[in-house]
Amino acid sequence: MSTIFIIMSLLLCGAMIVAGLMAVWPRRSLPIVILASGLVSLLASVQFLLLAAPDVAMTEAAIGSGLTTFLFFFVLNRVRKGTHHG
Amino acid sequence: MVSRFFVLLLLTGVGAIFVSLMFGYVPDDALNLTARYYAENTVRDTGAANIVTAIVVTYRGLDTLGEVTVLFLTAAIVGLVLAGSQQGRLRREQPAPGELLVTGTRLLVPLTLLLGVYVFVNGHLTPGGGFQGGAILASAILMLLLADPLREFSHPLISAIESISGLVFVAIGLLGMVYAGGFLDNRILPLGTLGDLISAGAIPVIYSFIGLKVGAEFSSMMVNLSETEEP
Repeated sequence: MSTIFIIMSLLLCGAMIVAGLMAVWPRRSLPIVILASGLVSLLASVQFLLLAAPDVAMTEAAIGSGLTTFLFFFVLNRVRKGTHHG
Repeated sequence: MVSRFFVLLLLTGVGAIFVSLMFGYVPDDALNLTARYYAENTVRDTGAANIVTAIVVTYRGLDTLGEVTVLFLTAAIVGLVLAGSQQGRLRREQPAPGELLVTGTRLLVPLTLLLGVYVFVNGHLTPGGGFQGGAILASAILMLLLADPLREFSHPLISAIESISGLVFVAIGLLGMVYAGGFLDNRILPLGTLGDLISAGAIPVIYSFIGLKVGAEFSSMMVNLSETEEP
């Protein structure tokens, strides 16, 4: 529990808050919102690794920031097709 | 204006709660009762080097069964919702995937599959396990899908892997009730020496099947979403 460790954790928290704000900021295009929420997950997984929880970090990186982001993109693609042609 | 005032009040309240939590935090100098039990008895009870895996698969195995069931229900509902849409093979003009993506996929897919299998086979020794390994397997399928959106995936194969893994998982759990201490007890197989690949009883078997099941479920969701098209 050194000072560097705590400073890194706090910086990561700040970066997560910034990414979260990017995700909820009004009038932003949806792909950027999805990427920002994926970024929150990625930073959260680094945070879990720092907090000595490698199992949770792997789950968060693989599912939270990897698969969920692409799942959102697939669904976004579908929804757009629906509005254009439906 | 009033609603904005209330939002500000709510934010201040939540902030005050977090600040009080942060400054009131005193780190424990000893493990609590449950954690101490796990730390002292996991190796003797289960033979697994990774305590998290021992808890997820053995002590709290029923919760894991519930999680897998939730994931299965999600995949089933995605399939059900998309069943109405047609199997759209006639695609609108899609930009061809880039050379970098195609070549990178050829290189990375075998390595990713290998990493996924490694992660869930070694779940009882190193961090990781069925859910993580399954998600890594599914991301290899995702890469194939990105590099070639028109690729045909075998739906019967995916559903067969998924159902067989689920059935084997429950069957091993029931065998534990017959031959060992209870549902999902891993001592139906010999515990072996701590740290070997073949050790910790049934944990590697159970976690491998969980990994295959999770991978198949995520893959089926993505393949379904990508293959069907609105009527």
